Amino acid sequence: MAPARRPRLAVWKFASCDGCQLSLLDCEDDILALAEVVEIASFPEASSAMSKGPYDISLVEGSVTTPHDAMRIKKVRRQSRHLVTIGACATAGGIQALRNFADVDDFIAAVYATSRYIKTLATSTPISAHVPVDYELHGCPIDKTQLIEVISAFLAGRKPAIPNQSVCIECKQRGTVCVMVARGTPCLGPVTHAGCGAICPSFRRGCYGCFGPMARPNTTALAREWRLLGASETDIQRVYRTFNAATEPFKTESEAHGD
Amino acid sequence: MATRTIRVDMIARVEGEGALDLHIREGKVTRAELRIFEPPRLFEALLRGRDFREAPDITARICGICPVAYQMSAVHAMEQAMGVEVGGPIRDLRRLLYCGEWIESHALHIVMLHAPDFLGFPDAIAMARQHGDAVRGGLLLKKAGNGLMRLLGGREIHPINVKVGGFYRVPDRAEFASVEEELKRARHFAVQLLRWVAGFTFPAFERDYEFVALRHASAYPFNEGRIVSNRGIDIAAADYAIVFEERHVAHSTALQAVIKGRGSYLVGPLARYNLNFDRLPPDIQALAREAGLGPVCRNPFQSIVVRAVEVIYACDEALRLIAAYEPPAAPAIAVEPRAAIGHACTEAPRGILYHRYEITADGSIREARIVPPTSQNQKSIEEDLRVVATRDIALPDEELRDRCEQAIRNYDPCISCSAHFLKLGVHRR
Repeated sequence: MAPARRPRLAVWKFASCDGCQLSLLDCEDDILALAEVVEIASFPEASSAMSKGPYDISLVEGSVTTPHDAMRIKKVRRQSRHLVTIGACATAGGIQALRNFADVDDFIAAVYATSRYIKTLATSTPISAHVPVDYELHGCPIDKTQLIEVISAFLAGRKPAIPNQSVCIECKQRGTVCVMVARGTPCLGPVTHAGCGAICPSFRRGCYGCFGPMARPNTTALAREWRLLGASETDIQRVYRTFNAATEPFKTESEAHGD
Repeated sequence: MATRTIRVDMIARVEGEGALDLHIREGKVTRAELRIFEPPRLFEALLRGRDFREAPDITARICGICPVAYQMSAVHAMEQAMGVEVGGPIRDLRRLLYCGEWIESHALHIVMLHAPDFLGFPDAIAMARQHGDAVRGGLLLKKAGNGLMRLLGGREIHPINVKVGGFYRVPDRAEFASVEEELKRARHFAVQLLRWVAGFTFPAFERDYEFVALRHASAYPFNEGRIVSNRGIDIAAADYAIVFEERHVAHSTALQAVIKGRGSYLVGPLARYNLNFDRLPPDIQALAREAGLGPVCRNPFQSIVVRAVEVIYACDEALRLIAAYEPPAAPAIAVEPRAAIGHACTEAPRGILYHRYEITADGSIREARIVPPTSQNQKSIEEDLRVVATRDIALPDEELRDRCEQAIRNYDPCISCSAHFLKLGVHRR
């Protein structure tokens, strides 16, 4: 019997740190096996053999920050049967979306002597602001186990089994004592999307929200708790304004605080 | 005169994307530019107004391949600004975390990104069919480095446990047991990896570089030391801006760093090794010699061998630090803000990474300046390309292009730190 055609995978980079696509290479135990069942058709960070589309799954890392990239993502979409965004940049605009709250020309002037050579948009936007997205994987960075689950699910034609609950549930699952209750450490866990495995509280640190908002979070109630624990208005604005700053409801909540 | 133009869309197997423009006119290389199209993410701007304690988490996001380097330069700069010195077990744990990143990053570059050039494969997956043991050994090594980062940092990409003043939580001795075992096995693979890469064929190529690296009183450098060069630079990190300057060039969104009045310089494994060979333990010096290296190596194509030597050193250093480890009384020392300026330079896997922050009395960042290794190497890369292309000008376009790409990968350029889209065009007229 002739072997079935392997599904074709492509990995794309927009404005990002490379960390989420590195997660694929960090699957040291699985990467060679994955390459048996999937044709890694285009993954420039790992291979100079780049073959043309169409692709069955495109993994997209990074946000759209330039006019060129706003065009490029449309081409990627046209070539991809399924398009999955990986990480906070592609899913929420990333840390570079802090420019959305400022004047981008001021930002450029802070880094470069002249803006003459710099072509950039006033905002950093998620991929979903430009093209339809089939699945969004959260995290800054993503969790590699979840990445393998998403790839497997799309290959099998099923829905990825990725829980949509808060980090609190993961603390309970691993038996971590609540840092907010027991230590009075402000924590974003109650409003943050699960997926990391509740790493920060297990290191006696409050969650800082790198997986972005969970479904229907009560950000305002949590901000009130933070005030009771001694956080300032500026602290609250800062913590809602990091790697997922441009996502609702973190965006609106951050605007309710500050000086 | 015949005109030829060759263009490939992207140079693969580098972190991030960029471009090279090579112009050849009447048999002479007239232009060799490394073009960097990284969409600017404007970190130095978005850091303004943030709390000084946020710098390690925010700057880590500049690079998913070397986040520890960003965290280390950030915490050292902040501690210098606040007049705090961190020593003892916390210092050792930072060094240990850095060992993890060097092992992970170097193993990735040696096996998955650079070795395929020497053996004629498009990638490590294709290479694994003929060199399975080497690829699997490299992956195990990488995994051991990641294991160390997970234990100390919470996760391998963007670790969560680093803070100004120390860590959120430190491990007790028993928690090192499995990582220690894994590192011992990894050390064995690292020696095999060194012997494997030492057997590659290296183009005969040497240039008289100015090497710049940290140098510490007793140790091979990670977090500490003075910035030195083989042409007399010997300064504290705080004096970086007196000796070096950044220039904005039209073809790059990365600023190019140069030595004032002199020009290009080279940072990274080659520079570290050449300026600190005497800081390597004798058995590692012997392994380096056995691999065909002298105390000085001026051939950038052999940087893959130097990287393999550094991986062995990082394994040994990690094992030494683990064996000597006693947990500190507290995971961090208290750091109170004051109005001040702080500087630091640490050795990222790809070379020195400089941070400078101006902090206001309430602890907010007023100004930030970050100079990543690849911005510092960019000019040297371009000069190498010019020499390589001139020397190998008779090669057919495709082979010349491959050779140029390999010359770029010698530097393990981290284009996400500084650069983006590598488009290689060879224009012959």
